[in-house]
Amino acid sequence: MIELLDIRKAFNQNRPNEYWALHGIDLAIEAGKVTAFRGPSGSGKTTLLTIVGCLSRPTSGRVRFKGEDISALPERFLTDIRRQSFGFVFQQFNLIKGLSALENVILPAFPTGRPRAELVARAGELFARLQLAHRAQARVEWLSGGEQQRVAIARALINDPEVIIADEPTANLDTALSMEFMAILEGFTAAGKTVLLTSHDPLVVESSAVHRVVGMRDGRLIGD
Amino acid sequence: MSPWLEKQFHLIDFTLASLARRKTRNLGLLVVYTLLVFVLASLTLYSNALRSEAKHVLAGSPEVILQRMVAGRHDLIPPGYLDKIGRIRGVQKKEGRLWGYYYDPVLNANYTFMARPASEVADGMIMVGEALARERGLAKNNTISFRSYSGKLFTFEVAAVLSPDSELLSADLVLLSEDDFRRFFEYPDGHYTDIALSVANPQEVRNVAAKLTAALPDSRPILREEVQRTYQSVFDWREGILLTVLAGAILAFAILAWEKASGLSAEEKREIGILKAIGWETGDVIRMKVWEGLLISLTAFLGGFLAAYVHVFHFGAAVFAPVLKGWSVLYPKFALVPAVDGLQVATLFFFTVFPYTAAILVPIWRAAITDPDAVMR
Repeated sequence: MIELLDIRKAFNQNRPNEYWALHGIDLAIEAGKVTAFRGPSGSGKTTLLTIVGCLSRPTSGRVRFKGEDISALPERFLTDIRRQSFGFVFQQFNLIKGLSALENVILPAFPTGRPRAELVARAGELFARLQLAHRAQARVEWLSGGEQQRVAIARALINDPEVIIADEPTANLDTALSMEFMAILEGFTAAGKTVLLTSHDPLVVESSAVHRVVGMRDGRLIGD
Repeated sequence: MSPWLEKQFHLIDFTLASLARRKTRNLGLLVVYTLLVFVLASLTLYSNALRSEAKHVLAGSPEVILQRMVAGRHDLIPPGYLDKIGRIRGVQKKEGRLWGYYYDPVLNANYTFMARPASEVADGMIMVGEALARERGLAKNNTISFRSYSGKLFTFEVAAVLSPDSELLSADLVLLSEDDFRRFFEYPDGHYTDIALSVANPQEVRNVAAKLTAALPDSRPILREEVQRTYQSVFDWREGILLTVLAGAILAFAILAWEKASGLSAEEKREIGILKAIGWETGDVIRMKVWEGLLISLTAFLGGFLAAYVHVFHFGAAVFAPVLKGWSVLYPKFALVPAVDGLQVATLFFFTVFPYTAAILVPIWRAAITDPDAVMR
């Protein structure tokens, strides 16, 4: 489903502080499976996820999504693909403070121009599935860490994407909430979604919900 | 509803929610912005209304007034001048006028005394302006005494108080008979203050003036259009003075608006990053911020303009009237006829709404084109 061919990524290229985060990554990711990237901080896991999720472009190399080369597409098309095909769960959740959980969840669908009633109904289903219906109208800063993450998950699902990308999803959660997240993860694969995540957490990478673990160090793959 | 329209509603929804989240800051800006529009709109509306009022009032005045000059000063028209003018083609009517100023120590105010034919005001009677009547507590059939410049006391009976409709012109006016006028000021017989001429065809006014100058070289014709132009200049000048005084406030607002519009907080930049990461395009972010700028500036413009309209046309521009009307002891009380000049509204709109909306675009564009992966780092 996703193919990475000789992906390299440099930050501050041609400046004194030039830094290469990825050094030629070749990888094929299967659809409908959970793939976890494991590695120490600075190993390039998050950078790789941003490239796969169309949040940034590689400095060189190609990204193929469902057979189509998307690495050289203009920003507008990349945004379209990102909105329709990828849902993100960020480490810090990145919810917008001051807005309710419901408003946060429907935000990614605003550019699609779908009617508000339809968005609210879809968000309602997601809240029910994530057992968060009673908190839909609460402002996100009033929610607990676990609730905030579930809001972030609902937001990632509002446009019904094929791929979910989660960056260190359990980094801010205790064991019970991490287990809860893994249960939700199993629900994703049951629904046929592809999941890519980064984690140091043994609870995640050793979980039966994860189908494949890819190791990384210093911007290179170190074997599955 | 089309998806495009639906999307705009979503953007406006989000914008309103964003504005509400930073209530204090945005309300503060809105209040200052509205106040600025209110002040500028009051100024332009009031000046414009005064200009149209002056134009309207002067429309009834004679086309040409002839004054005699001695050593560059206005002097009396001696006997025979009216005959010397003779018959100039285009002049419908010529009339010697008698008027002068009288200082009333009771009010410390100057009145304008003007003679009218005996058919209008009988000897021993006067007609007074509304402001004067108000200040001196006069009503019809009251008597009032004035001590003339020669020290003699004259007593008049008020025949009527002039209609409030004409108060702009008649606030300090005293109309009396020609004989009373000459006696009161000891005005020599046959002399006049000036001569008023009516010219029916506006194209002919300048020709008539040229002929008058040729016939009476020691006189100067004053055209109504020149008087109108002078009034326009006086009000323009006063408006300019006020604008200069307000320049500091306008500048302060410009700095505030620029700071607010151009200085995106770290929180706002983070939010833009999140929106881009979850699928908003650069264009969506810019459109959302343009809506924000438009909502603030349009609300301020409409609020400020409506408040200015009410202030000027219902409360007589209480804040600016003393400066814009000019100085006087006897202020005429008059309701301005609502006169709104479309071009002025457009200019005000352009100079208040446009710069603010434009000022927010550059920083937003700079923030909106940042890579969405910033939120992952």
